[in-house]
Amino acid sequence: MKYSYFPGCTLKYKAKELDICARESAKALGCELEEIEEWQCCGGVYTMQKDELATKLASVRALMEAAQKGQALVTVCSACHHVLKRVNLMMREGGPECDRINNYMNNEIPYRGEAKVIHYLEFLRDEVGFDKIKEAVEKAQTARKAKDQEDPADGTAQKVKTEPVKDVKTAPYYGCLLLRPSAQMAFDDPENPSIMEDFIEAIGGKPVYYPYRNECCGAYTSIKNKDHALRLSWEIKDSAAGFGAEKIITACPLCMYNLKQEKEIEIPVIYFTRILADALGLEI
Amino acid sequence: MPRIGVFVCHCGTNIAGTIDVAKVAEMAAAEQGVVFSKDYQYMCSQTGQTLIIDAIKEYKLTGIVVCSCSPRMHETTFRNAAQRAGLNPYMVEIANIREQCSWIHKDREEATEKAVILMRAAVAKVCLNTPLTAGESGVTKRALVIGGGIAGIQTALDISAAGFKVDIVEKTPSIGGRMSQLDKTFPTLDCSACILTPKMVEAASDENITLYTYSEVEKVSGFVGNFKVDIRKKARSVRADKCTGCGVCQEKCPSKKAPSEFNRGLNNRSAIYTPFAQAIPNVPVIDRENCIKFQTGKCGVCSKVCQANAIDYEQEDEMITVEYGAIVVATGFDVINLDKYDEYAYSKSKDVITSLELERIMNAAGPTGGHLERLSDGKAPKEIVFIQCVGSRCADERGKSYCSKICCMYTAKQAMLIRDKYPDTNVTVFYIDIRTPGKNFDEFYRRAVEDYNVHYIKGQVGKVLPESSGKLIVVGSDIIDARHVIIPADMVVLAAAIEPNKDARKIATMLTASIDNNNFLTEAHAKLRPVESPTAGIFLSGVCQGPRDIPETVAMAGSAAAKVIGLLSKDRLKSNPCTAHSDELMCNGCSTCEKVCPYGAISYETKIVNDHGVKKERRVAVVNAALCQGCGACTVACPSGAMDLSGFSNRQIIAEVDAVCR
Repeated sequence: MKYSYFPGCTLKYKAKELDICARESAKALGCELEEIEEWQCCGGVYTMQKDELATKLASVRALMEAAQKGQALVTVCSACHHVLKRVNLMMREGGPECDRINNYMNNEIPYRGEAKVIHYLEFLRDEVGFDKIKEAVEKAQTARKAKDQEDPADGTAQKVKTEPVKDVKTAPYYGCLLLRPSAQMAFDDPENPSIMEDFIEAIGGKPVYYPYRNECCGAYTSIKNKDHALRLSWEIKDSAAGFGAEKIITACPLCMYNLKQEKEIEIPVIYFTRILADALGLEI
Repeated sequence: MPRIGVFVCHCGTNIAGTIDVAKVAEMAAAEQGVVFSKDYQYMCSQTGQTLIIDAIKEYKLTGIVVCSCSPRMHETTFRNAAQRAGLNPYMVEIANIREQCSWIHKDREEATEKAVILMRAAVAKVCLNTPLTAGESGVTKRALVIGGGIAGIQTALDISAAGFKVDIVEKTPSIGGRMSQLDKTFPTLDCSACILTPKMVEAASDENITLYTYSEVEKVSGFVGNFKVDIRKKARSVRADKCTGCGVCQEKCPSKKAPSEFNRGLNNRSAIYTPFAQAIPNVPVIDRENCIKFQTGKCGVCSKVCQANAIDYEQEDEMITVEYGAIVVATGFDVINLDKYDEYAYSKSKDVITSLELERIMNAAGPTGGHLERLSDGKAPKEIVFIQCVGSRCADERGKSYCSKICCMYTAKQAMLIRDKYPDTNVTVFYIDIRTPGKNFDEFYRRAVEDYNVHYIKGQVGKVLPESSGKLIVVGSDIIDARHVIIPADMVVLAAAIEPNKDARKIATMLTASIDNNNFLTEAHAKLRPVESPTAGIFLSGVCQGPRDIPETVAMAGSAAAKVIGLLSKDRLKSNPCTAHSDELMCNGCSTCEKVCPYGAISYETKIVNDHGVKKERRVAVVNAALCQGCGACTVACPSGAMDLSGFSNRQIIAEVDAVCR
C-alpha cells in the first residue's frame, strides 16, 4: 500500500535518523511512503495564528497533492503533524480563511480539506496494525537468533548491530503537539494517552508510566530562556528515570533537542522510529 | 355568531415595555367576531379578572382571548374567571405575547406586529372552540416513592403522617442512600448515621410504609390518581421471613473479592452481603455474579452456617403490580466519572480520591476504621490538597455546566475535621469561588479559614503528578498573588461534580416526566411549582431535580409530600376533556395512531359501522379518554384524518395558521 509522506525540514538535517528509520521500517512492514514532490516547510516555526495565512500555503500545497493522489498523508515530526492536521481542519471548516487561500492559490477546484493526515504512530496502529507489527518483530528476532547461531565460534562474523528492544523499560514522551488541542488533533486522550505505550508493547518493550509524559519540554523557550527549558527537561527525565525507565522515546525533533541539552541525568533519548527499526532487525 | 372579547395584559413593563398593548387591543376590535377589547396593567390581578368577568356578562361574550403570558402560567386562572362569569372554561384562549414575543424581541414595531398576529390566531381559534366538560376519575389512596435515600424516606414519612399508604422502591439492598455513606454533616457536624438511621428505622416500622428494597420499577401505566406500576423484586436468595440478620453468612462466605459499593470500591465485600451494618432491612442478598455457588455449583457455605435456614438458592425475581394515586421521584445522585479529568491522576494514583471516598475513609465504619491514611501505603498524610469544581461549572463538554452546590461546604467540613483531628497535617484548598449561602454556612467556612488555618488558594490546579517517591506534585496557580504554586502533597481530594443517578432518564421515560440535558427532572414551574413534574401526578424530591444539600432535600421532601397528600385527599379528580377521538367512518384501521400513542390510550375494535346507510363490519380505533393526555401525536400521525383532538381540532389549528398567514 502506498502513502503520501511529508518528512519536514528537520528530518532532512538534524533528525535524519527519525526519517530514515520511518521509511525503512514502513518498507519492512510492506508499505511504501511516497515523498510529496517539492514539499516546503510546513510553517511549524510560526504560530498557528488564524489570520496569518501565508505561512499555511506550503501545508495546503502538500495536502492538496496527497488529496489528488487519493492517499493518506503520513507525517512523523510532531510539529509538522500538528500544523498539517490543523491547517487541513481549517480548510475543511470552510470560512473566509479557506476562501482566501483558495483564491490566492488560484485553485480551479477549491481545496476543502479532503486529505487525511495521519501521524506515523497512527499509521502503525490503524493502517499496519500493532498485531502485525508484533508478528513482524517476532519473526525478525527468530531470524536474528538463527543468524547468531550460525556464526563461527571464533567471532570472525560481524554481529547484528541493532540495539535490543525486548523487555527494555521504555518511557514514552508525548510532549504537547501531538495531543493538544485535543478536539482538533483527535490523537489520543490528552491526559491519559496510550498509543505510545501500545506501540512499545507491540515491539516487545516494557512501557513505563511516568506523570511527565505529556508535559512540555520547554519548546522554543530554549532560545531565549535556556534555564527554563533545561529545568522542564530535567523534570521529565528525572521522573522517567525515577520510575525505572532505561530509555525515553519521542517523535519530536524539538523535544529531542531539549531533552538532550539536559545533561545531568544520563538516560538515552531516542526517536521512536529508531526502536522500531531496531526491533525489526533493520541495520540502519 | 360568536361574540369574542380580547383582553391585552401589560404585565407591568414585561409586555408593555416592548409591545404597544393599546394598539393590539385596537387592532383586536377590528377582528371579525370581536365585540369587546381592552388592555389592562395586570390582567391576572383581582381587578383584571373582575374586568374580564364583567365584560363577559355585560357583552354576553361567547369566548375570550387573553393576550398575556404563557398558558402554563395563567391559563387555569383565566379559565376559572370565565367559569365564574358563567362561560365554559374551554372557551378561553391564551395568546402568549410575553415568553414568545415581548421577552425575545427588542424592536417595538416588530414585536407589536407579531403580538397582533398571535392575537389574530387566537381569535380565529376561539371562534371555533366548543364548550367542553371535564370528566371525573377516582383516586387510588396510595403513593409510590422511587428511591430510598433521605429524600425518599422523608417524603414517605410525611405522607404516612397524613394517614396514607406509601411504598418505597429502592434499587439497592438497603434504604439510606448517599447520606448513609457520609461521616459528618455540615454545618453542625453531627454524625450522619446518628440523624439518618433513626429515620430509617421509623420508615421500616411505620405501618403505612412498605419497603421494597433490592427492587426496581419496571413499567408504569395509567395517569394521575390511577397509576399502575410493575415492580421487580429481585431475588435476594435469602428469605426475609426467616433471616435473623445474625451476619454469620457474611463472615463465613469464602468469596470476598467483590468491590464494596457502599465503600466506593475502596475495599471488598463478601458475595453474600448487607451494604453496611445498620442496613434496613437487615437481610443480606447474594450477589450471584460473585458467588461461588452460583458460578461453579460448589460451595454452599452460607446455607450450611445459617441457623435459620434462610438461604434459598432457588429464589427467583418476583413481579408485583400495585396501583397508586401519585408517584414521587427521589432517585438522587452519583458523582461523575473522572476519566476525562486525568490531569488530576485519579486513575493513576490511589492517593488521589474523591470527596465521597474521603467520607468513607473518615468514617469509623469505613475501610480504614476512620483513620486518615493513604490507600497506597497506609501512611498518615501530612500535606493534603483539596481541588474544588472538578467537573462542575465546566465550560467545555468534559464536565457539567452547573455548580454542584454542595462541594464548597463539604470541602470546608472535611478540611476542618482533618485540621481538628490531625493538627500537624497541612490542608490547602484550591477554589474558583467560594459559594456558601445558607443559614450558618458562611460562618462555617470562615471557621475553617480563621480557626482551623485551612489554606484557601483562589485558582485552579493544572496537573497532579504522582512521583516515584509517592509524593503527588500539585501544580496550580494562585490568581490573587499571581504566582505559580507547586505543592508536594501526600493526598489529593477531588470535589467531583454530582450528576443525577444513571437510572433517572430511564425512570423519567417510564413516567413520561420531562428531563433536562443534564438528566435532572424538570419541575412544572421554576418558581411556582418546584416539586411537581409537568406530568400530572408525578412529584420530585431531592437531587433528582437539581443539586441540593440535606436540609434543602428534607424541606423539598416535605413539600412533595404535601402535594401528594393534597392529591390523595381528593376522592375525584377532574380529567382533561381535551382528548382525542376517532371518526369511525374515516378510520381505515391502519394502527398508526396506536403505535405513536405514548400513553397506550388507543386500542382497536371491530365494530358495525353505518357507512351512508350501508352497515359494514370494520376495525376502527377507539380512544380511552381516561388514559389520553391530549398530546395530539395521533392526530398528526393519522393518514386518513380520522383522529381529532377536542379543543385542538384540525379545523382550529388550520384557522390559526390561516390567521397567521393572512
